[in-house]
Amino acid sequence: MKEKVVEIISKYNGDRSRLMDILLDIHDWQGYVDDASVDVLASELGISAAEVNETISFYHFFSNKPRAKYNIYLNDSITACMRGRAQVEQAFENECGIKFGTVSADGVFGLYDTSCQGMNDQGPAAIINDLVFTNLTPYRVKALVDGMKEGKEIKDLVYEANGDGNNADPDMQVMVQNHIRKGGMLLDKNFEPYAVVNNMLKDKSPEDVIQIVQDSNLRGRGGAGFPTGLKWRFGRRVEGEHRVIICNADEGEPGTFKDRVMLTEFPELVFEGMAIAAYATGADIGLVYLRYEYRYMLDFLNRKLQEMRDANALGKDIGGIKDFNFDIRIQLGAGAYVCGEESALIESLEGKRGEPRDKPPFPVEKGYLDYPTIVNNVETLAATVKILQNGSEWFTSFGTKDSHGTKLLSVSGDCRFPGIYEVEWGTSIREVLQMCGAENVQAIQVGGPSGVLIGTRDIDHLNKTELMNWYKPSGMMTAEKFFDRKLSYSDLPTGGSMIIFNKDRNLLEEVVMNFMDFFIEESCGSCSTCRSLPQIMKEKLEKILSGAGVRQDIDDLLSWGKVIKVSRCGLGQTAANPILSSILNFRHLYEEHIQAMTDYDNTFDMEGLVKASCDFVGRKPVFHNS
Amino acid sequence: MNNTVKFKIDGNIVTAEKGQTIVEAAHAAGIYIPTLCNFKGVKPKGCCRMCSVKINSRYMTACTTPVSDGMEVENNIDELVDMRKSIIELMFVSGNHFCPSCEKSGNCELQALGYRYQMLVPRFPFSFPQKGIDASSPKIMKDQNRCIMCKRCMKTIKDENGKNYFAFKNRSNKVEVVLDAEMGKTMPDDLAKLAMENCPVGSIIYKEIGYNEPIGTRKYDKTPIGSEIEV
Amino acid sequence: MSKKIIATTSLAGCFGCHMSILDIDERILQLIELVEFNKSPVDDIKKFTKQVDIGIIEGGCCNSENVEVLKYFRENCNILVSLGECAIMGGLPAMRNGIPVEECLQEAYLDGPTVSLNKEKILPNDPELPMILEKVFPCHEVVKVDYFLPGCPPRADLIWDALVALVTGNEMDLPYEVVKFD
Repeated sequence: MKEKVVEIISKYNGDRSRLMDILLDIHDWQGYVDDASVDVLASELGISAAEVNETISFYHFFSNKPRAKYNIYLNDSITACMRGRAQVEQAFENECGIKFGTVSADGVFGLYDTSCQGMNDQGPAAIINDLVFTNLTPYRVKALVDGMKEGKEIKDLVYEANGDGNNADPDMQVMVQNHIRKGGMLLDKNFEPYAVVNNMLKDKSPEDVIQIVQDSNLRGRGGAGFPTGLKWRFGRRVEGEHRVIICNADEGEPGTFKDRVMLTEFPELVFEGMAIAAYATGADIGLVYLRYEYRYMLDFLNRKLQEMRDANALGKDIGGIKDFNFDIRIQLGAGAYVCGEESALIESLEGKRGEPRDKPPFPVEKGYLDYPTIVNNVETLAATVKILQNGSEWFTSFGTKDSHGTKLLSVSGDCRFPGIYEVEWGTSIREVLQMCGAENVQAIQVGGPSGVLIGTRDIDHLNKTELMNWYKPSGMMTAEKFFDRKLSYSDLPTGGSMIIFNKDRNLLEEVVMNFMDFFIEESCGSCSTCRSLPQIMKEKLEKILSGAGVRQDIDDLLSWGKVIKVSRCGLGQTAANPILSSILNFRHLYEEHIQAMTDYDNTFDMEGLVKASCDFVGRKPVFHNS
Repeated sequence: MNNTVKFKIDGNIVTAEKGQTIVEAAHAAGIYIPTLCNFKGVKPKGCCRMCSVKINSRYMTACTTPVSDGMEVENNIDELVDMRKSIIELMFVSGNHFCPSCEKSGNCELQALGYRYQMLVPRFPFSFPQKGIDASSPKIMKDQNRCIMCKRCMKTIKDENGKNYFAFKNRSNKVEVVLDAEMGKTMPDDLAKLAMENCPVGSIIYKEIGYNEPIGTRKYDKTPIGSEIEV
Repeated sequence: MSKKIIATTSLAGCFGCHMSILDIDERILQLIELVEFNKSPVDDIKKFTKQVDIGIIEGGCCNSENVEVLKYFRENCNILVSLGECAIMGGLPAMRNGIPVEECLQEAYLDGPTVSLNKEKILPNDPELPMILEKVFPCHEVVKVDYFLPGCPPRADLIWDALVALVTGNEMDLPYEVVKFD
């Protein structure tokens, strides 16, 4: 047993920065990391056992307690809840005979809640022994669990045919559907893989490539919108023994699943984008940080990388260009939303907890193993191939004056056609709603829980003051009210997640509470503010929803929400957004709940609070003067 | 090459050395910026957010941000004073900080910041979390009720091979700083004392001796935290 | 100027805060010139005889009687002041808040090392007794509280300054040395 752990460690040359892979291998071997293995890891890697546990205890898919033969991770994102997650959860609990968060005594079943798995268009979904099961219903749950009770292999329990496109590839074989509803320049099967790397780069200097990308005004598609060309230029400028290109495929923002589709159908485009970035910046190390939830793609993607090497689009002297050496390794995550933040992602790549770093220094100065590092989103990298192929002028002919090209939208929630839509920048929310067949819409969450909740009021019915409000230069939190707003960096920037809620949804109880739970669970716990405030604010919202709230409670939420803005990373800074943006755009929902006639309510429940002690001593409660 | 940098804190010109952080430069110039997780001699990691200042109307942690020429830093402004007070209050309600029973009282930096910012009652509800105490080490006691997750012990208390005695565990609001069980058993005396000293609060308590400083003579009884810096 | 009326009580506290009120020493003679005491352990008035200006609360709420008295004070006092750590944050009694109340009772009456005399394993359950709350509560989480004077006990100088300020309506100044949490 000790030998096995030592063997795994030596597979990675005893490199502490490969701790993620080591732990993943140990999980594959025995399902969890026991204390004895932790001790071996500690002594072999020269760190304390507490430091090993520091990494293990951070990630959702790691465990230091035995897990089950069948580990069922059921997605609890809002769209899953809207599509019957509660009944599915109940069915799992009934059939398995255990509660979520536990492992059955015989070690057969383990049930776990899990944040968004990138399957919002086909939820509720569950990951069972690394395989994705979509569109779950209580009936399907029963069939699944019956099969498990018979001891069947997990792959024999798949109840739908394989999905479309590469989902049916021999190396994938999953029932995931792409749901590509509208294609554009990126979602275009008509292209020759690696043509840019193999034929075009040799005529261009790295400087030319950067200039073309800069001229295209391409901005980061993960959500932050940093100019890509500028990032490459910075990365090239910093001296380093190595330079690193990282593809951020940790799409964890609930409601986002575009990268899943890109990686399934267009991995060549993404990897070629990395090679272009490497050429432009002089990088020799390439890393794809793939969220654990997409592990089912790993063999397929590794095969694609091999094909790319065989085509001389990776490896040594790529494309016949002397000394253009670059290769790509895929690093699996282990379940942590915050790792989508680029510096947290780098920490994770180094085998540590995914805690964001302080900036400056930025990754382009000091990133992976302190080398200059460029982190780009899947979609951004894919776009660079098209830009190199067709030129920056061609690219800027798409979109608006300040936002060029197209954007992949992940649309889910209450609409007839959830899925991926590639639209030009400048498309209005109204147009998106029409495309996806959404009716009776109450609200849309744009940009996931960290984004904004937009309401339905029509611009034609605004009074003057409200109109003025609308024209106010938009900070994150002002006037996100209207469906005529356009997706663009100056009006409504987005990473591409759009979740639609119809008029039957309870926005506060269902949606906002779900998002707050998400932020509470996914905080890395490093900053005092993000660690504690979301929970406190959620409890305040619960108080309001219970009918005990007073006006001061709304004011408190608004002012406490400001405190969280001093957190280190985007997750922390936006962790109060579900509450703040719903107060801003749906204040009437809060006002409906609060008591008008009192300015103080403590929700103090004497009868409930004395029950336990009265029961224990065996007496009847007696209440005076109330 | 010129190695000095000129920048402003609340309008006052400060001269600093290149490479210094804002906190270092400010403190050298006699301007107090409150800190908790920052600790002299180790790489800063802005965990507590106490030192948040505003630069170009963006929040930055002064302990991690290097000074640069012409930088304009807002520090002692109402907004930030209230922000810092909120953070102190947040720490009080997130743990169980019952000062009268704590050995660190009077020398506690969190408490001292509470005094300096005149926290009379936290604005947030008390959570009274159920947290444990690890007394397995013969030398120290680790009281999770008082830990503010500043990481100072994690960064400063190491053995001769550089192994950490303390590490984080879990994430989100379940995060804890734990003592390595094996290393805790053989912790040398001087390191145990240092661990208590480096802890800004009473989460690490050296065993056996306690309460040996009379009230009135402790570090923050008479003079506010930061007064040693301010000119 | 008519005298302001003051009431005081000790809920789940140790009376230390009241002792600290007495620690204002000879200034108590000045105080008597400024204020009149109503319901308070100081004069042993059990029930409010009129509306009171300032109610001073020592201790938090650990049982039903504490809650009733606190509410009684809120109804009869224009201003409520939480005096001391127990009133402000539960204090020493709140150290049981992390432990289920059943376990506390078990230890206190049945298992603890000092209960050997309770041979019949009697648990106090007379209906006349106050009922124990699941948790100890700071006063402001039960009723609205207007002012807070920290300390364990609050320094006599702090109490004096605060009382004078409240009675005279002047601004209160809080010197560093007097605002302490222990």
